[in-house]
Order: sequence, then structure tokens, then C-alpha cells
Amino acid sequence: MNGRLLDRALLLHLGVIAGLIVLQYWLPAYHHGIVARVLVLASFALGYNILFGYTGLLSLGHALFFGAGVYGAGMVMREFGWPASAALVSGILSAALVSLVVGFLALRTVGVAFMIVTLMFAQTGYLTSLLFNRYTRGDEGFVIPQAARAIGPFDLSDSTTRYFAALLLFAICLLIKLALVRSSTGRVLVSIRENEERSRMLGYNIFRYKLLALVISGAFAGAAGAMYALLFGYVGATFVSIQYSIFPLLWVLLGGAGTVLGPLVGTLLMFYLVDLTSGIAAASLLAVGVVLVILILWFPKGVLGAVRERALPWLP
Amino acid sequence: MDQKTRKTAPAKGVGRRKVITGLAAVGGAAMGSRLLPGYVPYIQAQSSEPIKIGFQVHRTGIGAAYGNWYDRTTTAAAKVINDAGGINGRPLEIITEDDGTDPKRGAEVVEKFATLHKADIVYGTLFSNVVIGSAPRAGELKIPYFVVSEGHHVASGGLNRYTLQPGITDVKSQVAAMAPWVAANLGKKVTMIFPDFAFGHDHRDFFTEAMAGQGGEVIETIAVPPTESAFFRYFPKIPRETEVLYHVMVGPAVLTFVKEMGEFYGDTRPEIFGFIDSLEAVDLNSPGLEFLDGTYFWEGHRRYAGDNPTAFELNYREKVGVDMNGASVDNARDVATYSHMFGCWETLHIIKAGMEAAGYQGPADRAKLIEAVEAMTDIPESEAHPQGAKVFNGKTHQTFGHQNITKVANRRLDLVHRTSIEDGLYPDEVDYTTQPL
Repeated sequence: MNGRLLDRALLLHLGVIAGLIVLQYWLPAYHHGIVARVLVLASFALGYNILFGYTGLLSLGHALFFGAGVYGAGMVMREFGWPASAALVSGILSAALVSLVVGFLALRTVGVAFMIVTLMFAQTGYLTSLLFNRYTRGDEGFVIPQAARAIGPFDLSDSTTRYFAALLLFAICLLIKLALVRSSTGRVLVSIRENEERSRMLGYNIFRYKLLALVISGAFAGAAGAMYALLFGYVGATFVSIQYSIFPLLWVLLGGAGTVLGPLVGTLLMFYLVDLTSGIAAASLLAVGVVLVILILWFPKGVLGAVRERALPWLP
Repeated sequence: MDQKTRKTAPAKGVGRRKVITGLAAVGGAAMGSRLLPGYVPYIQAQSSEPIKIGFQVHRTGIGAAYGNWYDRTTTAAAKVINDAGGINGRPLEIITEDDGTDPKRGAEVVEKFATLHKADIVYGTLFSNVVIGSAPRAGELKIPYFVVSEGHHVASGGLNRYTLQPGITDVKSQVAAMAPWVAANLGKKVTMIFPDFAFGHDHRDFFTEAMAGQGGEVIETIAVPPTESAFFRYFPKIPRETEVLYHVMVGPAVLTFVKEMGEFYGDTRPEIFGFIDSLEAVDLNSPGLEFLDGTYFWEGHRRYAGDNPTAFELNYREKVGVDMNGASVDNARDVATYSHMFGCWETLHIIKAGMEAAGYQGPADRAKLIEAVEAMTDIPESEAHPQGAKVFNGKTHQTFGHQNITKVANRRLDLVHRTSIEDGLYPDEVDYTTQPL
């Protein structure tokens, strides 16, 4: 890969961010709101992809990190009256800390055992959020008042501000991820995914690199969770439930594991798929399942994975 | 298609109504302060476009059984309203969207109603988490959000001025009304078994407080994790001196719960009092429920019509398609969520009364609609309100009504006590009318 190609990749990603800025002025109201949600959730998926797509670690516990972000932001606002900006930082740090602790323990395992251990941690987190119902309001959740959802002069409940806040988070996560995967650290992560033993023989501290990937991934999830709580005003145990561990996996698989933009494509496709089929009663879940099976059969590396394989080999 | 739309045509004779538009408008202005359903000012809409009601329904997820019957009740109520001329002469159009009983999806559905379907209002949500997840978006979008949830979240002040619950009472009111009868007739030492999540915790907190007010005491609280499927290990925790066992178990494990409770106690047991939420949509003739014979239940609306149902009650059952035993007229085993679904019927009629009182023409009049509903107070028993009379509190956006205590006998529920509205009243915790519209 030479410098010219790298520039092309950078330009593509900057172009996507620019396109999303332009889209803000063009989208009808309903789709404007959807894209804002998708951008926050795609940030979650971007982080998941660092661990799964680039490092080769399949976690079934990312709901814990997303939930740590949601509660890390919501609880300090509810209990201590913190402002939204401090709550956002609190959410990110909470998730990073939780992922660090989980990483220390879970990374002693590999493969299926790692999946099960992370799943158990997430379930523990979910049940804990129910157990401490007096503070968390458990499954029912609580509302962050509209008046509190502002950073400086910016009212996060305003649709335009919300869109740009979501886009800012997404852009930061995207560029951090792009820089990471193009750095020497990113290449070590890929080498661990491809052949962990060989990487260890080359002298890399595998545990440390895996832990780094997990903490960055957890921090992305926490940032997305905290931002989701601030933008949409709701905090509840649903965000720690198992479906929020499965969603990022599906989004990444659909968009393309190991591609920087894949999570955005996957999240967007999945969101509209669910939305468009939601009026067809229980059959909507069947429709979603059928489409996913077809996509995985025809595009086993996801949409952008297939594009990279067939047309754009330089796609990071 | 990403939506399902149902519309029933308004009754013939609307043209005749147009002739008396002026008279009706003048009469409506004169009676503007009288906001009683069934006795409202009639103002002819300038537009004949349908009034769009966004119905947020639990078609999938844990609330699906309730969603099915909420849907059927809503369809029936909309037809009745349209057959009687619609609202302000305009037909009612129900647009449904499944929220999956998920709070995140609920908020998205509210957005969809407001910005894509251009609905006038959103209505019909049951599960508390979906209401709490959706209400912030309703407030931001300034679209009236009429919930049918029985949660205390509206009256607690945790939501906003655009969220109202005028058609069903809340848990706090229900348990407050139950406590005096339980203390006087069943016993004063109570052990509570409840699911270890918010719904169960509300029961624990509010009933404990209500019993203390009656000189009673909750001597033990046993929280059961929501994932539990066997209950044997919980029953030995019930203190021997327990006089009343209070249960509010919900979900598919309830049959196992009852069966194991029966096996634990055998022929000697304390008095048992439960909330019908445990058995909504469950046939009392189901195997394993024999042990419930002789136990008591709270019912918001009585599943079994009894010997002397009112004409309003009979009309409601006929229109919704429910027999005298609370099951579908087409299938005796298809048992309704009868205790709660009347809230859909009554809420739609409140919306009709509010829109007519406000002279509602379109989204620009949403604030007027909120104010019109807030102005409601006494709601008499009628075809629009077959469950009974209500008192609506405009400050807390919560309605108060009668509750029923029934006893299981011969696999039926027979009425033993009906509370007064006053039994369920409690001090205001919020005044939403101080919030801007």
C-alpha cells in the first residue's frame, strides 16, 4: 500500500463525513431523525469492529459497555445534577473502566470461552441494573429532562443540533479508527487476528494489544451510549440487555467486518430493514432474518467486504 | 408497506350535520366549560380529511398478548366513533406501528407518527418502559401522547405536559384502593411476592405504604428474578405468621408459580390476594390453576360480566366481540386482557371529547387539545366509559376510578367488593399545567 492509495482512502472517509453534513440539509424530517440515530449506533459498531473485525475477538458482552455509557451519563445527571458535558465524559470513562476490568479477566480465555465469559459479564451487568432498581429504575428506566440536555448554548433535543452532535461523534470515532487501523498498532491487531502465535513469536505482547483493542472498543461503545442517552433523553436497562450485544455483531457482519466504513453501512441497512418491515406484525422478524441469511450467503464478508474483494482492494 | 391503516367510514347523515354547523358551533361556545364526554360542544370541522391517530401497539415482544387485545378494542372503538359521525365531523383513521415492546423502538415509532405519517396524536401504549422511552420524543415533537399504561410514571411528574393518561388508573391508585379492604377482610400481616423489576417494585413500595396507613404491615418482601422459571425455593421464605400472601407475578411462568404454590401449601394456606395482571389472557380453566379457587384478585374491569351488567357494559362487550366470560365470541379459549383493554376504548372517547371541546382542526391545535383534556374533571359512566365513572386530574394528567375485588369460585371471578373513586385518590405530585405548551 503506498502513500497515494492511503490518501485516496482518507479522502473517501472525509468525503463520507462531508456527504453526511450535506445530507443534514436535504433529508426529510423523519429520515433526518433516523440518520442521527444511526450515526450514534454506527459509532458503537465502529468500536465493535475494532475488536471483532480487526483483532478477531468475538465479544457477546458489548451491551455492558454501551450500558455503562448510558448509565454513566444518566446516573450522574439524575443523582448529582452533573451537566451534560461532564456526563458525556463520565459515560465514556465508565465504559472504558468497565472494559478494562472485563478485559483483564475475560482475555485470559480465547475463542468460544471468550464469547461466553463476555456474555456472562453482560448478563451480570443487566441483572445488576435490575437489582439496583431504586437508583437505576431498572427495566422501566428514567427520563433525562429536556432542560438538562444541553452543552453550553447547544440544545441537544433540537433536531439540527442532535444531528450534528451525532455526526461529530461518528466523525471522531471514524477518524480515530481509520488512524488506528493504518498505524503500526492496527497492523499488529490484524496480525493477532490472522495468526496469534506467530505474532507472539515476533515479540508482541498479545495480551496488552488485545486489552488495548477491548478498551478502545469499550470506550467507543460508552461514548455512543452516553450520547444516545443525552440526545434521546432515556436511560433504561434495555440498553444492557443481550440484544445490544447482538446488534453490533449483526451490523458489523452485514456491513463488512474488518472494513472501516462497514459498520455504518450495516447499521443503516439494518435500521431501515427493521423500520420498513415493522408494520408486518411478527413477520417483520422473519423478513429481517431471511434478508440477513441471503446477504451472508451472497456476501459472506459483508457489503463492503465484498466491494473490497471485487472492486476496491485499497478500501481500509 | 410499512404501516397498516384502518379506516371505517363515518355514518351517513354527516351532510345533515353540516346544515346545523353554525348552530352547533354557537351551542358549543356556550357550553365550552362543560367538557363531559357525551355532552360536548359540537364544532364542524372545515376539513373532511381524517383525523390520524398513531396507535403505538405491542405486536411483538413481551407485550404481544396485551397488544392483540388493545388492537381489537381500538378497532371497535374507532368504528363506534366513526359510525356516530367521527370527530368534529371527520372520520378517525387508526395508523398502527409495532414498537416491539421496546423503549428505543417506541421513541422511533413516535417520531415516525409525527414526521412521516403526520399523525395528529399518538396513543395506546401499555408497557411502562415503552411509555418512558417514548415520552421525551413526544414532548420534543409537541405531539399529544395518550398512554394506556397504568404505570405511575405520568402522575409521578417524570414525563411532560404532552403525555396524558386519562383512560386508565395507575398502580399507586389501585393498591391504595385495595389496602383498606385487604386489611379489614383478609389480614394485616402481608408477605409480598413480586417480579424483581420496576412493575413489581412499584407494587412493593406503594402497597407497603398503603398497608401501613391501614394499621397493617408487610412483614416480608420476596423479589423473584424475571428469568426465574421454578419457584419452590422462594416459598419457604414466607413467614409462618403471614396472614395474606400478595402476588403480582407476570409472564409465562405464572402457571408454574400457581401450581408450585398449591403444592407447597396443600390444604392449609393463608389468604391469597393477587393482581389479575398475572392472569390476563389466561383461561382460568387452564390445568394447574385449581389452587386459585377461593383466592382474591384485583380487577380493573371485571372479566366475568356477572348477574347485573349495565347496558353500557353489554354494549362494550358486543362491540369489541367479547362474551360474558371475557373471552372472544369466536373462541372461548381466546381470553381477553379484559382488565386493562377498556382503557383503549375510554381513551379514544376522551380524545374525541377533547378534540370536540377544543374545536380541533389540525396539528396547530394540539396545544388546545391538551388544555381541553386538562380541563376535564368528572367523567360519568356511559357508553364511552363502560368500566365506570372517573375523575380526571388535569394537573397530574392521571385519571382515577373504581376498582374491583373478585373471588375465584368454580373457575370464575365473582365480585366481592367495588371501591369508590375516593379510595384511590392520593396527593398531587406534579402540576403539568405549569409547563409551557
